[in-house]
Amino acid sequence: MKKLDYNGYLFIIPFFLVFITFTIYPILLTFYYSFTSYSGMGDPEFIGLANYTRLVTDPYFFRAFYNTMYIWGINFAFQLGIALLLAILFSDIRLRMRGLNFFRAAFYLPNLITIASVALLFGILLGWHHGTINHLLLDLGIISQPINWLNDPTTARWSVALIGAWMWFGHTFIILMAGISGISKDYFEAALIDGANRWQTLTNVTLPLLKPIMLYVLITSLIGGLQIFDLPMLITDGMGAPEGSLNTMVLYLYNQAFRFNNYGYAAAVAYGLFVITVVFSLITFKSMYRKNVKEG
Amino acid sequence: MGKTNIVKGILYLALTLLVIISFIPFYMMIINATRSNAEILQHGFTLLPGGALLDNYEILIQYMNLWRGFANSLFVAVCVTILSSYFSALTAFGFAVYNFKGRNFLFVVMLLLMMVPGQLGLIGFYDLIRTMGLLDTYIPLIIPPIASPFIVFFLRQFLQTTMHPSLLEAARIDGAKELTIFHKIGIPIMMPAVATMAIFTFIGSWNNYILPLVVLFSPEKYTLPVMMGALRGSQVAQNLGAMYLGIAISVVPIMIAFLFLSKYIITSISAGAVKE
Repeated sequence: MKKLDYNGYLFIIPFFLVFITFTIYPILLTFYYSFTSYSGMGDPEFIGLANYTRLVTDPYFFRAFYNTMYIWGINFAFQLGIALLLAILFSDIRLRMRGLNFFRAAFYLPNLITIASVALLFGILLGWHHGTINHLLLDLGIISQPINWLNDPTTARWSVALIGAWMWFGHTFIILMAGISGISKDYFEAALIDGANRWQTLTNVTLPLLKPIMLYVLITSLIGGLQIFDLPMLITDGMGAPEGSLNTMVLYLYNQAFRFNNYGYAAAVAYGLFVITVVFSLITFKSMYRKNVKEG
Repeated sequence: MGKTNIVKGILYLALTLLVIISFIPFYMMIINATRSNAEILQHGFTLLPGGALLDNYEILIQYMNLWRGFANSLFVAVCVTILSSYFSALTAFGFAVYNFKGRNFLFVVMLLLMMVPGQLGLIGFYDLIRTMGLLDTYIPLIIPPIASPFIVFFLRQFLQTTMHPSLLEAARIDGAKELTIFHKIGIPIMMPAVATMAIFTFIGSWNNYILPLVVLFSPEKYTLPVMMGALRGSQVAQNLGAMYLGIAISVVPIMIAFLFLSKYIITSISAGAVKE
């Protein structure tokens, strides 16, 4: 045991001063406001659990939760599916695919662009009569009528989900590749010598050893997905049009607070979102852990 | 051998298709940025650029100075990156080198709050900033990132595997002060890990939308994402060519920077993701 040395406090004081002021205190303040009716003006009035009883019976909040999960689900399926296929392809020691650095960079580019720009870009590319995507599809003869992508709940949600997948598959691919490169080459060579075919190598070597990385990808994507805001806000009217199908939980929170000045209720929405995040993360951890135990 | 080559040919074709999918929205954007509104409305998509680039630019800058948004975003992101790198390194060094009462407790508190989504404190944060009279300034965007739990965590892990305590003992025997040791020994050792995190921090700050949206009011102070959001509701939105040009201005410099820096960015993502 090292002997106590109080110089350490001097090093961590700036961090904790800022941390307490700008992170912990606002979280507690938000918690307090969630029990008040606070419009941003005057004094907050304590109303007990009223915001929370409103929250658990609020159809708009449940709709926002449903929208968020719907969009994230499609997004994640495509994002992980493509990234996993790519990672398997590039880690195949028999195929020896070249150009990994180039492809990683090319696939990552959409992720680097400010989401606000991406939202605006697709907002006009997906326009009804004059949108470039409709023009292109009409010219190619794929569709015979222009589609009003962002005016129908289903196509609007799918659009946002697939734009998300387009932005994120490169990022996930890079992480999966990093995970695979952390697996010792010996395993793959042993599998090769033992005469394992591609499918056996994949299911018995690559995927089990990649499980911690997949868990990391799943949880970070889930937490990010629950907070999806920029894209749905900027791609239509900022209120979740069409028919509220793009109204996500954070968009709902934002509008309640900064459009309608319902700070008290918005604070309760924030805590609702927090509880959902914690529950989902725990479920993910638990289920992954249980599977590991079974196999081990 | 022949069969493998055909398979590989098909795979490369599929990969090329995926590259095209990654790039085609940007290509459409750049082409449309050079075409007039009428051309876009009447002729749909073309592969070749038009001649209305300057007209579009003049329409755009009548309403909005996106270069200003660029400069603002750059200023905020550089400040955030420098401050959060320095103070995170300081904190990580404190946690890794010194043994003090409550060290483990504070570290665990920090890690637990790392999991909390950013929106949880948003209402309280806004209220605090308003009470402090800091609305419509860059301070709420620049100062809070000093406390970045994930970076501290990452740097501490890095220090524990790379720094030998005898190095510090030697410096102390030579009469160096603790802060001098941090500057002369700690920072150089941490530099690779700090650079990795700095890239992350910069991109994160650059892309941040909700916080500047809530905090900033004056259009001339808007960061790029907020300015992009404002573009949507402005007169520019009537003119598709100018609109595309506005988006292109916000995107193309990033694409050029990425061309030179992609290797470092990708290394940093890999390093940040795979935690042992």
